[in-house]
Amino acid sequence: MTAVFPDIWPALPEIFLAVAGMALLLIGVFRGDGFTRPISYLTVVVMLLAAVLAMGYGAGRVVTFNGLFVMDGFGVFMKVLVLVSAALSVILSLGFNEREGIARFEFPVLMLFATLGMLMMISANDLISLYVGLETQSLALYVIAAFRRDHAKSSEAGLKYFVLGSLSSGMLLYGSSLVYGFAGTTSFDKVAALFAGGAHVSTGLVIGLVFVLAGLAFKLSAAPFHMWSPDVYEGAPTPVTAFFAAAPKVAAVALFTRVLIEPFGHLTAQWHQILVATAILSMVIGSFAAIMQTNIKRLMAYSSIGHVGYALVGLSAGTQDGVRGVLIYMALYIAMNIGAFAVILSMKAKGVMLEEIKDFAGLSKTSPMLAATMAIFMFSMAGIPPMAGFFGKLYVFLAAVAAGDYALAVIGVLTSVVGAYYYLRIIKIMYFDEPVVVVDKVDDDGMTGILVVTSLFTLLFFVAPAPILNGAAIAAAALFAG
Amino acid sequence: MASWPLLSFTTFLPLVGVALILLFCRGTSPDVVRNVRYIALWTTLVTFVLTLFIWINFDARNPGYQMVEKAAWIPDFGISYHMGVDGISVLFVVLSGFLMPLCILAGWESVQTRVKEYMIAFLALETLMIGMFCALDFVLFYMFFEGVLIPMFLIIGIWGGPRRVYAAFKFFLYTLLGSVLMLLAILAMYYVAGTTDIPTITATQFPRGMQMWLWLAFFASFAVKVPMWPVHTWLPDAHVEAPTAGSVILAGVLLKMGGYGFLRFNIPILPEATEYFAPLVYTLSVVAVIYTSLVALAQEDMKKLIAYSSVAHMGFVTIGMFALNQQGIEGSIFQMLSHGVVSGALFLCVGVVYDRLHTREIARYGGLVKNMPKYAVVFLFMTMASVGLPGTAGFVGEFLVLLGVFRDNTWVAALAATGMVLGAAYALWLYRRVVYGKLVKPDVKAMFDMNGREVATFIPLVLVVLWMGVYPSSFLNMTSASVEHLIQTYQTKLAASHAASGVSVAAR
Repeated sequence: MTAVFPDIWPALPEIFLAVAGMALLLIGVFRGDGFTRPISYLTVVVMLLAAVLAMGYGAGRVVTFNGLFVMDGFGVFMKVLVLVSAALSVILSLGFNEREGIARFEFPVLMLFATLGMLMMISANDLISLYVGLETQSLALYVIAAFRRDHAKSSEAGLKYFVLGSLSSGMLLYGSSLVYGFAGTTSFDKVAALFAGGAHVSTGLVIGLVFVLAGLAFKLSAAPFHMWSPDVYEGAPTPVTAFFAAAPKVAAVALFTRVLIEPFGHLTAQWHQILVATAILSMVIGSFAAIMQTNIKRLMAYSSIGHVGYALVGLSAGTQDGVRGVLIYMALYIAMNIGAFAVILSMKAKGVMLEEIKDFAGLSKTSPMLAATMAIFMFSMAGIPPMAGFFGKLYVFLAAVAAGDYALAVIGVLTSVVGAYYYLRIIKIMYFDEPVVVVDKVDDDGMTGILVVTSLFTLLFFVAPAPILNGAAIAAAALFAG
Repeated sequence: MASWPLLSFTTFLPLVGVALILLFCRGTSPDVVRNVRYIALWTTLVTFVLTLFIWINFDARNPGYQMVEKAAWIPDFGISYHMGVDGISVLFVVLSGFLMPLCILAGWESVQTRVKEYMIAFLALETLMIGMFCALDFVLFYMFFEGVLIPMFLIIGIWGGPRRVYAAFKFFLYTLLGSVLMLLAILAMYYVAGTTDIPTITATQFPRGMQMWLWLAFFASFAVKVPMWPVHTWLPDAHVEAPTAGSVILAGVLLKMGGYGFLRFNIPILPEATEYFAPLVYTLSVVAVIYTSLVALAQEDMKKLIAYSSVAHMGFVTIGMFALNQQGIEGSIFQMLSHGVVSGALFLCVGVVYDRLHTREIARYGGLVKNMPKYAVVFLFMTMASVGLPGTAGFVGEFLVLLGVFRDNTWVAALAATGMVLGAAYALWLYRRVVYGKLVKPDVKAMFDMNGREVATFIPLVLVVLWMGVYPSSFLNMTSASVEHLIQTYQTKLAASHAASGVSVAAR
């Protein structure tokens, strides 16, 4: 019996999120901007509930909507990661938006819709649904990048992001059409079956694949498609930057991984070199370009380019171990990145936000706890044990070594030493220099909570790493089983 | 006692001190600061007593790992929390425990800013050091090994001298660069052996070609740490800028981590590569011994001079190790222990005068014997120990090393011996310029002799140096069984692989 009505249960988190988003929008319209805080809290609750719903699935693989949508253990892991980081980003935005006078109810709702797009991306099982998910996410992100619309830099960031994002979407579409033209299908499963059967890999299809990867690398801000990110990160309101550096990165990595492993899993020989080159470029640019930065948000942009490079090191191995490494890396990256942005968002003197790196001078004297938290995140990002970031690097490099990519692994660890320099520079400024400005006390409970939770997680991850490591292993196995 | 996790207890006890300081010491009033100092001192003293328990508990006749603790940590990945000590590591644990209370005492008065952070950094450092010598799992080992960088970076950078930032960065990045290559080697071994358990990996035979790369990767890390010429340049900077206690720990324990690494990993796990690369180590070490001794002669700064002398002494250590016989290896372990105590004491000696005059320039001193007689005696004693006078700790180690290497290569022995002569030259000349001569400078005249706290710091050091020099057996007995086992492992594995390659040649 063919089902007339598709099985909607695998898409329950998405449907719940969409319905709740519209409901919140309606509430917002009727109650106005004064109701922003409750709506934000409700958004957080909705996101966390969606995460619980997502966790309800086992590791089994379910395909629905005529093969457009897939839910599996990999999807569960990534969706939970996206939802949790999005929820944390909403909490981060509250105080900032109120202080800067941009606290509108659309903000959390837009974030919610962006998150919906990300979940779609993670579950995409067809080039069409991939594109729909990606655009749902991007449209919402373009708007929130320019959310401070009377501010030239923010508008510029939004416009830049929009123009370059459209360009990358165009490349993605072009690539998709080539793949469709040469493979005769847009379905991931069918493409995979085609090459599993040993079909001839035509040059046209490889060109299509390259375009698809270039489009996705754009979204991921992997070098050489990274140039939009420092400007957008700097111009966008800081909570938006925090959001950009977290949830969309996870979603893009998930999409990248699924596209490479599922439909094009048999074309490793074709995409391996692309990934190696992208990974090396990202690591090198991420570490060297960050050295000269004076703005902390730009620095974080380069840092995240570098981190994407490390994640791609794992992915380039194309093995289950590699995907596991990527998942571990992303989970830990999220914690330290959100934490670092929580510190940046707490940096204000007399109510004015501080965004220059030199403003951190002597922070360890004026507010020791904030400095200690930032130091934890910086050491973690530099990959120094026992911080969590070390384990992320451990597993991606393990995958590279196991796959025999020694050159990649060596370049990776060497750039991580260069990267350590600029992370240490921030610690140096906080601990070795004399204070210039006195930073305000952190007075936001949500912010304090995030700072405490993320820093303790980063610092004490080594005590009980098994749950996340095993979760990632199960998720990676699920992707390869499908 | 066997069921009692003594090693973990010792390792993590300093963190209890950190917790106490964080929980109960708020504010910066003098009372609070005093409490912080006492908490740190008592924690380190209790830890030292526990390390003595480890020593007493240790069965010297058993060459294997003792007081072993093993618990699942990341079971699905073959990574476990595995701790244990053998004759090679047990004395280093004691050394770390012994030096730490002295470091706390050394910073008692000279550190007045951010005392809380200072003590926390040192306590965390102690946990990491002891943990590193006890770890029997590669990931665990690496965590402790690298983790040391964090507190040391802060110690140099916050409480250091005028060029502290440069020195802290150089120290951190140099060491990190070496270590990340070791991390890749660990991962490659993990991939082959399927576990990171050190005893299991020691029993694994790695292919010859792979051994070479692995050996070089480990060498990159440990050679920087030891440090060997020509990657020693971070050490003089770090020593000069670090506060006194930082220098003591740096010279006393951190350098030993490199030597320990060679003994624990390069020699037993990668015997073929060790055999192949031993001449390289000899060459670099001989250059280190002679060249850095000459460089030490030319120094104007007391700490820099002692730092260069450390490089030279550690050159002896690596020479002895790669002689790969009983005397050489036992000698190098003994030399590491004695250097840990003696150079630590020398840095404390510099600290004593630095606290008074706030300069380390040799020319600013002179004639101290007149107004600081107690100091002159202690400094003389430690200088003699550094030179290797019979009856002090320095003699036994250098003698055994030379004996061991003479059996292997007389040329290296002869060249290393010239280093001893040069060592006497720079050490005695330093002493002559600082302590003898005319007491003319008014500010030097005004310096007072060592106070009770300083005397209390030096008494244990002097006693230990004498003990090690007069009755070295109590230390050598601890190491000999494990060293014998190490050499046996090395030779068995080497013979097996030679036999295998012989067979393959014959088959061709």
